[in-house]
Amino acid sequence: MSLTPNQAETEDGVSIRLRGVSKEYPGGVHALRSVTVEVGAGEQVAVVGPSGSGKTTMLTVMGTLERPTSGDVRVAGWDAGSASDQELAALRAHEIGFVFQDFHLQDGMTALDNVANGMLYTGAPLGARREAARVALDRVGLSHRLTHRPPQLSGGERQRVAIARALAKRPVIVFADEPTGNLDSRSGAEVLALLHGLASEGATLALITHDEHIAATFPRRLQMRDGEIVGDDRQ
Amino acid sequence: MNLGASAQRERLRGAGGQARYQTAGPDGRRSTLLPRELLWIALQGLRQRTLRATLSALGIAIGIGAMVAVVGVSASSQANLLAEIDSLGTNLLTVTPGQTFLGANEVLPNTSVPMINHMSAVQNAASVYQVSGATVLRTPYVPKEQTGGIGVDAADPGLLKALGGRLTAGQFLSSNNDAFPTVVLGAQAANTLQIPNVNGRLQVFLGGTWFTVIGILKPVVLDPNLDSTAFIGLPAAERLFQQQPNPAEIYVRANVNQVTQVSNLLAPTVDPQNPDGVQVSRPSNALEARAAAKGQFTTLLLGLGAVALLVGAIGIANIMVISVLERRAEIGLRRALGARRRHISSQFLAESALLAVLGGVSGLLLGAIATLGYAVAQGQPWVVPTYALIAAPAAGLAIGVIAGVYPAGKAARLSPTEALRAT
Repeated sequence: MSLTPNQAETEDGVSIRLRGVSKEYPGGVHALRSVTVEVGAGEQVAVVGPSGSGKTTMLTVMGTLERPTSGDVRVAGWDAGSASDQELAALRAHEIGFVFQDFHLQDGMTALDNVANGMLYTGAPLGARREAARVALDRVGLSHRLTHRPPQLSGGERQRVAIARALAKRPVIVFADEPTGNLDSRSGAEVLALLHGLASEGATLALITHDEHIAATFPRRLQMRDGEIVGDDRQ
Repeated sequence: MNLGASAQRERLRGAGGQARYQTAGPDGRRSTLLPRELLWIALQGLRQRTLRATLSALGIAIGIGAMVAVVGVSASSQANLLAEIDSLGTNLLTVTPGQTFLGANEVLPNTSVPMINHMSAVQNAASVYQVSGATVLRTPYVPKEQTGGIGVDAADPGLLKALGGRLTAGQFLSSNNDAFPTVVLGAQAANTLQIPNVNGRLQVFLGGTWFTVIGILKPVVLDPNLDSTAFIGLPAAERLFQQQPNPAEIYVRANVNQVTQVSNLLAPTVDPQNPDGVQVSRPSNALEARAAAKGQFTTLLLGLGAVALLVGAIGIANIMVISVLERRAEIGLRRALGARRRHISSQFLAESALLAVLGGVSGLLLGAIATLGYAVAQGQPWVVPTYALIAAPAAGLAIGVIAGVYPAGKAARLSPTEALRAT
């Protein structure tokens, strides 16, 4: 069984499309100001910018965790603006993987179950989930850590567990928010290599960072400032 | 190559096991949470906070335990009383003289007992005759005034059978001995006179004559007045105390399914000329009323149990609200992993319900054990009403769901991004 992530199933090869997307928070904070951007299927994009520039908000809107105040969001062929809670949840359950800066692993559970829980809401039975989790943990080089709990793992290992959780369900899009932010440079480089390697097998990867060196490893970089995309470089 | 990708995915999913996906939504997939997974994550949620879960379930356990104990103890004593009534029979009727219009006592005819025994639906009837003025003393040296509240009745030999009474020792009056100065003591009377058995043919000083104690009765539940009475034979009473043979109280055993008819016919049978001067009653009715009254008494205690439950429910709601606040990151993560709002709310609702059901079941056990202790101490049967076996966990479930509604709603409304930031 291969762990190859799937190709984004969109009619035009576009995985994520934002059109005139704005996000306002109560109190008049404009986190996003009419952002328009397209990310192709299988593309790897770094989103860079200073804190408060709207990177995370853009990621959560793309990841359908939040709805925009205005504008169109299409993710993996779904219109996130008009989709119901059930449809968006289904989209996240099956098509989208998230990797967070502080891992968000459950301390009381083994690495295997943390990864298996990543597919909890797909409706797959536990046996199938654990099997997929074992394969994913093997892929991130943690087959010797299956029964360890997060507090027994190093930061780099924890983030690899989180990556295995995001990838075990073979998502079409992976969102990573500062995945190396809490890691030393060596573990960070390993995690980054892992993300690049896995994503190069077909999934779209959008990664937030404020680190120019990390951004430089991406073929495409979106520069953000004050809720707007101010630069879109491709190598 | 959409078709190709789709086919590839199906192949991969298939290879992953027997993963089944319900068909819905644009590409036929849903966000699903299997019921057994829901139960499992609820259990996990509780296991992460064992101490707190135990303490808050304890509130429910105490409330339900108190209520089960109250219901169980009253059911046990009720069962005890009803068992006694049943063993004595509910077909016993008593006939006593009524009062005249002016308040004087009527007198029952001395033909009463033979007349009643002629009724076809009567199994047997026997009477006691009050021997007024006679006292029972241990020795002649005891002052006459110290009767210890013991009355003296003359009794028909058939009294024991009619009452369904039993003896602790000796024998009852019979046609062989009732003309002689022999006495049978009621349980309380024997106790007062400190005569535990009939060994050695003890004598008591009764109405100025020595009487030999030939038997001691067990307590008579249907008519406790008889317990503090000394029974002598009617012929002896007539001979020694010039007793008139007018019954003071007649005990009648009717056929079980004809009790009402017999009851209606007794007064005209006893005294056809003056049936209004005859009073008929059924002692088991009074006892059943007393048993029912014992049940009534528990309402107040049940109310106290309900207050304890309310406090327990508030405790659970409180714990759950705190839990939601503490677990915002987990909620956000679950939403990111594809949980619907409804999955989040049902998770917290299930936790709350599970907590309260566990409390309810432990409460049932606590209450049952408390009832057992009481029943053993009192020598009563151990009864926990069947409805309590269902009601206790059901009450827990209801409390858990009610207490969980607000925290669960709060958890579901939490914005996933806000929750993910809160670490």
